Amino acid sequence: MIRDIALGQYIPGDSLVHRLDPRVKIVLIFLFIVFLFVAQNFVSLLLLVISVVVSISLSGVPLRHYLKSIKAILFIVLFTSVLNLFYGGGETLLKIGFMEIKSGGVSNAVFITVRIISLILLSAVLTFTTSPTSLTDAIERLMKPLKVFHVKVHEIAMMMTIALRFVPTLLEETDKIMSAQKARGADMESGGFAQRARALLPILIPLFVSSFRRAYDLAMAMECRCYHGGEGRTKMKVLHAGARDAVASVVVVLICAAVVVSNIFLPGVLS
Amino acid sequence: MSDQEFITARDVTFAYEPDEGCEPHNVLDGVNIAIRRGEFVALLGHNGSGKSTMAKMFNAMLLPTGGKVFVEGMDTVDEAILYEIRRRVGLVLQNPDNQLVASVVEEDVAFGPENLGVPPQEIRERVDEALKAVGMYDFRLSAPYKLSGGQKQRIAIAGIIAMQPECIVLDEPTAMLDPRGRTEVLDTIHRLNEEKGITIVLITHYMDEAVQAGRVIVMDGGHVLLSGEPREVFSQVELLKKHQLDVPQATELTYRLQGMGFPMPCTLTTEECVEAIAAYLPPLPAASRT
Repeated sequence: MIRDIALGQYIPGDSLVHRLDPRVKIVLIFLFIVFLFVAQNFVSLLLLVISVVVSISLSGVPLRHYLKSIKAILFIVLFTSVLNLFYGGGETLLKIGFMEIKSGGVSNAVFITVRIISLILLSAVLTFTTSPTSLTDAIERLMKPLKVFHVKVHEIAMMMTIALRFVPTLLEETDKIMSAQKARGADMESGGFAQRARALLPILIPLFVSSFRRAYDLAMAMECRCYHGGEGRTKMKVLHAGARDAVASVVVVLICAAVVVSNIFLPGVLS
Repeated sequence: MSDQEFITARDVTFAYEPDEGCEPHNVLDGVNIAIRRGEFVALLGHNGSGKSTMAKMFNAMLLPTGGKVFVEGMDTVDEAILYEIRRRVGLVLQNPDNQLVASVVEEDVAFGPENLGVPPQEIRERVDEALKAVGMYDFRLSAPYKLSGGQKQRIAIAGIIAMQPECIVLDEPTAMLDPRGRTEVLDTIHRLNEEKGITIVLITHYMDEAVQAGRVIVMDGGHVLLSGEPREVFSQVELLKKHQLDVPQATELTYRLQGMGFPMPCTLTTEECVEAIAAYLPPLPAASRT
């Protein structure tokens, strides 16, 4: 069903990763991703790959979900790694015509492949184990310091919440409008690109109009429930980081420290 | 104003901003309504009678252009007490889909108390209690889009109950529901009225819903046409018909039979009607009854 796809990729569960505070999770995964690009040698890269594998197994999410997310970017990975093969110094390993593959190119290719795949896997760990609501909640709280710069943190989070809430509703409505237009003889499958794009108009216009009507209704319902922005607002669910989160943070920081140390003492292999 | 009066509308007039070149038209034209604490009032009227506009007056979503609306003696024009009024008088709208804010049921119900700044622990209690009151506690972790219309409307009601209001105004809450959803919602609001003593103002154009109310107010053309107990109101079939308003089917049938020369009482429900007609039928022979 089209509706099930769009609701984010959250896979409910009760693993260690699921139970981490979403704020901590976001920060740690971000840190991890940064250090993927800090790593300059194979030892630190291996360390990071092991960490990624460990966090995947700790997430308790079936491996096929991760494989699916890699499949989506396989082409980009192949393309960039092949390009990188021909780019880099060191001794020549292979010569095809005017193109040379050098040792530096090979390590470049390996690095870029591992980096992209790890990056995708790490963000998958985050979205698989965190519900969209706790994700927006965490983002709201993490962005709170930005209030100093007059960023409307609460409003942004509210918009994300509402958008998530209405994705399935609007998809359902799109389905309905499409059926209604098809019943009137609308042809959406044949013709070239321009013709198909034009065939979308009779779907988009009613959808647009009804969205505005919904927005008006929702605004009224929110006002009826005393909504007046973020000021003086409390939350039912209070996030609090516990011992689990502290341990996870320490482990990640240690890994990052190890990456830095190995960068200092081991020669970099990238050119 | 007596103690008993919870909401008082006095000579309320209202006109929307007129379009250019048009004369302003009064949607409400001198409405006087008093709603007592704990009452179950049905507000009837056909489209354009001003009943929905009136509903939005009760919780200060709209302000009268003339006259006054008081909630517990508080003037709805006073902006300083706006949220006090909205907390006391909750409004449930027609389309259940467009009233829910969050993608998890319990978080949606928490939305009202969160806005009021209630402490987290108490919000949790209120949410659980509200969900139990509408019989949706088992669905607290569901996503709203997976629920039926009647269930969604009950969640919308729970969202209002969590603010601990004294009155709930429902603006045609069953208009978009199937018969089963309608029964669910009506049973819920009747229970809230009886068990929790919450004042209910039900705006509807379904006659059978109005029959179950304690009092019926009929609006027409921006005026209050009739007000009283359902039996009092619906016995005035002629007057209602003159204003293109329906009466319950049972009432219609007995009214026509009366016109054909059968003296019988005005009936409101199917059961009453069956009884009244049965009185004219010869008793069936015992054998054919089975």
